[in-house]
Amino acid sequence: MGSVLELKGIRKAFLGTVVLDGIDFDLNAGEVHALMGENGAGKSTLIKTMTGVYEPDAGSIHLSGTEIRPHMPSHAVKLGISTVYQEVNLVPNLTVMENLLLGREPRGFGGIKWAEMRRRAEVAIGRLGMSIDLRAPLGSLSIAQQQLVAIARALDTEAKVLILDEPTSSLDASEVESLFSLIRQLKADGLGIIFVTHFLEQVYAISDRITVLRNGSKVGTWDIASLSRLDLVTQMIGRDAATLDRPEMVAASSGSGIPVLAAKGLGRRGSVSGVDLELQPGETLGLAGLLGSGRTETVQLLFGIHPFDAGSLSVDGKTVSRMKPRLAIRKGIGYCSEDRKREGLFPELSVRENMLVLMQVQRGWHRRIPLAKQRTLAKELVDRLKVEPRDPEKPIQFLSGGNQQKALLARWLAVDPRVLLLDEPTRGIDVGAKFEIMSLVETLRQAGRSFVFVSSELPEVVRSCTRVLVMRDRHAVRTLESGEIAESTIVKEIASS
Amino acid sequence: MNRAALREKLPIAITASVLLLLCLGAGLKFENFLSMRVFANLLADNAFLGVVAVGLTFVILTGGIDLSVGSMVGLSSIMAAKLVGTAHLHPILALSIPLVVGAVIGLSHGVLIARFGLPPFLVTLAGLFFCRGISLWISRESIQIDHPWFHDLTSWSLSLPGKGALTAPAIGFLIVLAVGIWLARQSRFGRTVYAIGGNSASARLMGLPVQTTLISAYALSGFCAALGGALFTLYTSSGNAISGTGLELDAIAAVVIGGTLLTGGYGSVFGTFLGILILGVVQTAITFQGTLSSWWTRILIGVLLLCFMLVQKAIESAARRYQSH
Amino acid sequence: MKRLPAWSWALAVLVAVLLFNAFLTPGFFNFVVRDGRVFGSLIDVLNRAAPVALLSLGMTLVIATGGVDLSVGAIMAISGAVAAGLISRPAGTPFEGGKSAPALAIPAALAAAMGCGLFNGFLVAVLELQPIVATLLLMVAGRGIAQLLANGQIVTFTEPAFAVVARGATLGLPNPIWILAGVGILIGIVTRLTALGLFVEATGSNPVAARFVGIDARIVKLAVYALSGTCAGIAGLIATADIQAADANNAGLYLELDAILAVSVGGTALAGGRFSLVGSLIGALLMQTLTTTILTRGVSPEFTLVLKAAVVVIVCFLQSPSFRESIQGRMKWRAA
Repeated sequence: MGSVLELKGIRKAFLGTVVLDGIDFDLNAGEVHALMGENGAGKSTLIKTMTGVYEPDAGSIHLSGTEIRPHMPSHAVKLGISTVYQEVNLVPNLTVMENLLLGREPRGFGGIKWAEMRRRAEVAIGRLGMSIDLRAPLGSLSIAQQQLVAIARALDTEAKVLILDEPTSSLDASEVESLFSLIRQLKADGLGIIFVTHFLEQVYAISDRITVLRNGSKVGTWDIASLSRLDLVTQMIGRDAATLDRPEMVAASSGSGIPVLAAKGLGRRGSVSGVDLELQPGETLGLAGLLGSGRTETVQLLFGIHPFDAGSLSVDGKTVSRMKPRLAIRKGIGYCSEDRKREGLFPELSVRENMLVLMQVQRGWHRRIPLAKQRTLAKELVDRLKVEPRDPEKPIQFLSGGNQQKALLARWLAVDPRVLLLDEPTRGIDVGAKFEIMSLVETLRQAGRSFVFVSSELPEVVRSCTRVLVMRDRHAVRTLESGEIAESTIVKEIASS
Repeated sequence: MNRAALREKLPIAITASVLLLLCLGAGLKFENFLSMRVFANLLADNAFLGVVAVGLTFVILTGGIDLSVGSMVGLSSIMAAKLVGTAHLHPILALSIPLVVGAVIGLSHGVLIARFGLPPFLVTLAGLFFCRGISLWISRESIQIDHPWFHDLTSWSLSLPGKGALTAPAIGFLIVLAVGIWLARQSRFGRTVYAIGGNSASARLMGLPVQTTLISAYALSGFCAALGGALFTLYTSSGNAISGTGLELDAIAAVVIGGTLLTGGYGSVFGTFLGILILGVVQTAITFQGTLSSWWTRILIGVLLLCFMLVQKAIESAARRYQSH
Repeated sequence: MKRLPAWSWALAVLVAVLLFNAFLTPGFFNFVVRDGRVFGSLIDVLNRAAPVALLSLGMTLVIATGGVDLSVGAIMAISGAVAAGLISRPAGTPFEGGKSAPALAIPAALAAAMGCGLFNGFLVAVLELQPIVATLLLMVAGRGIAQLLANGQIVTFTEPAFAVVARGATLGLPNPIWILAGVGILIGIVTRLTALGLFVEATGSNPVAARFVGIDARIVKLAVYALSGTCAGIAGLIATADIQAADANNAGLYLELDAILAVSVGGTALAGGRFSLVGSLIGALLMQTLTTTILTRGVSPEFTLVLKAAVVVIVCFLQSPSFRESIQGRMKWRAA
């Protein structure tokens, strides 16, 4: 079968930053083509150029041999490129039937013809071999079923290409299986399917070919049989796993025996499960794993953002039955979110206020830190972390990402927590800032503070962690002790099945 | 029936049972309460409010709000009276011109909200000030309407069995209600309104005409408010610039009591009809009672509103709990 | 370069309107001292702006947390009805009986107002209802309650000790101005000399992040709604003392909208976050100056409403992100 979709030399830059650099990609009819890559690889931008959200700066898109220029999502749909997103893009308050046909309802003199609509919906659903109550409101369905309805809607427009953008990230095993049997059937019908996911097992279960992107460039395209898991992970992370070892050893400090933070079988329904970890004073515990492996979810359970419903959690050997952010802070645990914008910044407030708000909360509302003292403290923190510009009165929204990150870190340093949960603290910031943050962490660790460190950059994990917990598919797989830590071992654990 | 379908039907079921209980209670306490005449009067007395609330329902279903409806009633009423009284237009024309004005003002609300992303609350607040200002500018005094055709229309009514009679405003209300129900259930416009209220980002990604639909919803609300004003003019045979003061609250209350969520997406025009009936029954019962003063209406409406909000909240959080598992 | 405060352009417009009056409205800046009191258009503006300005102070903090309080007009009516009822104790009202001194009536009215505010706060913070919906409740029922308290009458009274709240003067200036100044300074101190202001801003700026640094948004919200209710109570007392009567139907009618307007004109974003009490006061003054100007220039007063409508739309445009972006984009493009 020939190629149904072909991308040639796609290039896209935002504000001078090249996000996609001359990507070639082709999709055959009747194939499942997995698109893989870590954060910032350019997957979602590439998909958005195919679905008309972005227009590429250079390059061309060909559908069944003719060049197309989709300029908005509905246009791409009309051309035959349908997309099902991770977040179900349907409306929860209307019925399954209406969601399938919204905007193209059959109409007659008396308005919408419901009988005709029902018939068409039955056909659309029946084609996928599903049995779903057409009159149930979409919101009453499980996420998996909603996803299937989204696919049915996408197919009702006679799609030639179906893009599945992380459709499985919130599904459980049996739901994934029902989705996969559908994908196999669509494939047999001759549809070209692009499948984006973070789950290696799923890639190997369903795909025919794999294309890996890294930092906006294409690394390569392989037949599934010719690329081992280890090779795939290596290609995604961008290092040859065999040749890289730990450059320097970091000795684990001898703890008092009682861990500051410990979890046993910690989990939450629909999130992670079976997380065992122990954090001693003066230790940096790395959480390694691919995107979507459950690292962030684990850290959020530890800080009490979502309550855990399985396993146990203890601080200083004392069991905590229900963790909440306020309780965590009181116990000396801090959390720097990976999502700065949504969970960290107060955009309109000044750098000074952003840095000192936590300290102020701990002092209580009535004991305001005097302005002069705030200024001195802010100045000290700004200097210590080299936040640019050095003006603490500037609203934080006008700082660069790296400097925002430093200011958020400063927020915690100001109160000197015993445990700091760092989720991707070095994401999207420049090399200098990365180095500064990591050496600061190391200094504090040597002073007896503990860290849980989540990072997608293995060299960082290897260089700075005393132990590493490897996660895969939302489970903790194994804890690597200090002597075992090396990029090669981590990669092997991530890729093993 | 599954739980989500229950979620859909429960609010309106509660509204209906409250209405039934109120009617039963009032019927037991007062003789002649459960009669066609009382019902017909109730319709006539609340026709203008009902028409306004039907239009408002669409806006609220999209997740928006229209605060301008009350002063739009005033504008429409004073404008019609002025056109008959001073410009000597035929009442049909005089009552129709404000409808166009109402639709245009509603349309401009919609454009500011949908195209420029301004908050509905403030935009329609500006509309409230604007309409009231213009009406007072047209005339500060109320204007009586003297026109033979007008008298014929106001005194005309359709006899019902059991001594009841439907007046022209009541019939107008019933027609608007029927059209509203049809629009909401049977038209693409209506279904898109629900989709926007459910999740406007998804609606956009599904390729639905979100902007056009939003603008139409506000235009419809403006039109209905002006029509409500026209019916009010018929009802009182006069135009007054300050009529409809605070009416937006009653209309919002009727919509919410009718089971429509202020966050949009859930509810129905028929529910709004039930909401209007509940308000009407409370009012009528208090009049029948005689010793209870009129302000109890407002307080009771408030209590009912609170109850419905709490019920909606409970349903919502139950649904969320169900969803997360 | 130091950034200009968000209210600078509101101040600029205020100054422009005042200048306009200085040249074109004879006697606008005149002051006359009679019986130890200062009279003049400017004093009049301040005096008349006091109730809305008081409402806008409370409203500022509510809006800063990302909420809104629609019930302040109705709370004014309740506060007035309680005070007038306790002072004159007319037959048919719940207060029937011997008269009370203002020393009892005023605290009772304020307590009732604060109770209303706490009720709003409870609905918003604990039951997590949308602020518009939650405060709509008292906006609807509040006037009913006020009428109930006044038994549907306009409760009139003659009590010089109470009338002095609105009609008296201290050091030559009308008392409402002093009350406004006092309340303003008090709220300023409480928000800016403690950390409450920061907590309010953090809650409104990013509720998720506020939770992650351990701010208890419930208590913050409860407090601001209670404060807003109390401010409305004070405004209600002034309005009642001014006309020596409590009019449950008309006291504070639509003033909630004026207050919201004053807050937005003063540079506090309706989405919450940074707030400016000074800005809100300037906003309230600006609105009143415009009204007074229209009145003194003999333009028909209906136009204040149309003018307000225009101001609302302009403020919306200035605050809307899409509008700002397009302006900034154009400026950048021009600079490039």
